[in-house]
Amino acid sequence: MSGESGRSPRGLQQWLGLLLLVGVLLAVPFVAALGGQAWVRIANFAILYVFLALGLNIVVGYAGLLDLGYVAFYAVGAYCYALLASPHFGIHLPFWVILPFGAALACLFGILLGAPTLKLRGDYLAIVTLGFGEIIRIFMNNLNAPINITNGAQGITLIDPIRIGDFSFAKTSTLFGISLSGPQKYYFLLVALAALVIVINIRLQNSRIGRAWQAIREDEVAAKACGINTRNIKLLAFAMGASFGGIAGGVFAAMQGFVSPESFSLMESITILAMVVLGGMGHIPGVILGAVLLTGLPEALRYGIEPLQKAVFGRMIIDPESLRMLVFGLALVLVMRFRPAGLWPSSLRRRELSEVTD
Amino acid sequence: MAEQRQILLAAHEVAKHFGGVKALHDVSLTIHRGEIYGLIGPNGAGKTTFFNCLTGLYRNEGGHFVFDGVKLAADAPHKAAAVGIARTFQNIRLFGNMTAIENVMVGRHLRTRAGVFGAISRNPATRAEEAAIARRADELLHYVGIQERAHDYARHLSYGDQRRLEIARALATEPKLLALDEPAAGMNGTETEALRVLVEGIRRDGVTVLLIEHDVKLVMGLCDRVAVLDYGEKICEDVPAVVQRDPRVIEAYLGG
Repeated sequence: MSGESGRSPRGLQQWLGLLLLVGVLLAVPFVAALGGQAWVRIANFAILYVFLALGLNIVVGYAGLLDLGYVAFYAVGAYCYALLASPHFGIHLPFWVILPFGAALACLFGILLGAPTLKLRGDYLAIVTLGFGEIIRIFMNNLNAPINITNGAQGITLIDPIRIGDFSFAKTSTLFGISLSGPQKYYFLLVALAALVIVINIRLQNSRIGRAWQAIREDEVAAKACGINTRNIKLLAFAMGASFGGIAGGVFAAMQGFVSPESFSLMESITILAMVVLGGMGHIPGVILGAVLLTGLPEALRYGIEPLQKAVFGRMIIDPESLRMLVFGLALVLVMRFRPAGLWPSSLRRRELSEVTD
Repeated sequence: MAEQRQILLAAHEVAKHFGGVKALHDVSLTIHRGEIYGLIGPNGAGKTTFFNCLTGLYRNEGGHFVFDGVKLAADAPHKAAAVGIARTFQNIRLFGNMTAIENVMVGRHLRTRAGVFGAISRNPATRAEEAAIARRADELLHYVGIQERAHDYARHLSYGDQRRLEIARALATEPKLLALDEPAAGMNGTETEALRVLVEGIRRDGVTVLLIEHDVKLVMGLCDRVAVLDYGEKICEDVPAVVQRDPRVIEAYLGG
């Protein structure tokens, strides 16, 4: 216990830190816009992935259930939005109806996936979830006959943007004398959603349910002996994680105006999982860092490699696209080699792994 | 006299086999309320198997348990915990990467209610419950005497403290019967003596204790009654003084 004197500067420091963070978050869409709206879109995707990674963090980080099919819930949310707000069926529901519905539907799929896999752990669970993710994608790809539901591989176009009254997120408009483009508006929406998911993550972690998840991750038999109904608590983790995926999917569909099965490949699940693991499993700041880096890095490489090659060699030697993936993969390997607990692990995980190597 | 006392747990011809091996052969025994009941026997006699059947980790093929007047539908460990049977494990099973107090707080799961919405909204009821959980966990750490280790990770605790923490976690579920699987294993004399005092205190506070133990001296000094298992069969059940003199027990322990 430190005294009052020790407390107030720390409080001040925290407030200053928070103020700085808010300042940076406010500045990002305007600074990024200097390089073109494409950069704002990249920032948006980074935050969307923060959202997704934190959803997956509940399943993988807290409850310790390895889920390789997380993208399925993202797809469910996206298609749910696409079908209920596009000319495809001629239905145009407002987003505040669809997003909760999409979350609930994804939640249901989470339980559908969770129920048969409850007795599986580790590798076995990973394989089943992987299969589940692929099944959803293949369904989306083929549900265009006999009744055209998903429009198959062509995907669904002309999806309504998020709209509040006359205020559409797709168009540029002026608010308080500041001109905001569509992507900039989505940016602020995404930041608000991400803040919400962060609060939920923190609160869940330090709760009765959060402790039950950790207990299952640590020792399932002992958790049962403590009176935890492991079946229900695990299903809850799947359901919670899935509903976040569903919301992210809905926002994704609205933001892009277009969805197709291609966006929900296995690679996507792996990327989200890599964000969680690379950042620091179960540690919220780490997961956020992982998501931002793994979205930002490939984009930075995309724009950086071509000029770099020209500057060094005077001409293009390697196709930038393949070099990008090479550098990206190498970065992943290096991080896992030298920081096995993730870039920014919780103090506990760091100690855990350092003891193993001792 | 003993017959007058209320029966807390009655095992009726419990049988369990693994393949062709009969781990438990129609074992019947009764434990009275407020008793410290010892279960001893050579290695592989079926003591832990009996525990696992009782706490729902194994499903027994024959027989049944009646606990506190109700037949146990022991098909799930969490149900056994819910009716009031808490246990510790022979090879300590703590949540290693959680702190000592968090381990005990997990034990409160069963007797608390807050769900996801409570956790997210942190409404007054949830906050009050969380505070009560933390307070009770702290009390239990005091009770078993490891309160100064409350914020250490369970896996960093000494062996003896881990045993105590496991007992605190089990007590957090508010059991009527506390089943301890070799709690003194690996303890030195001082630690064993402290454990004896703790177990007696637990009994005094109204919890019936079922004890598996190898330390014959501890069992004989602590238990009111003792049952002896050998090759999955109960060969004797009586007060320690009688059990010690029983020729079948002597044979089982000394080998025949």
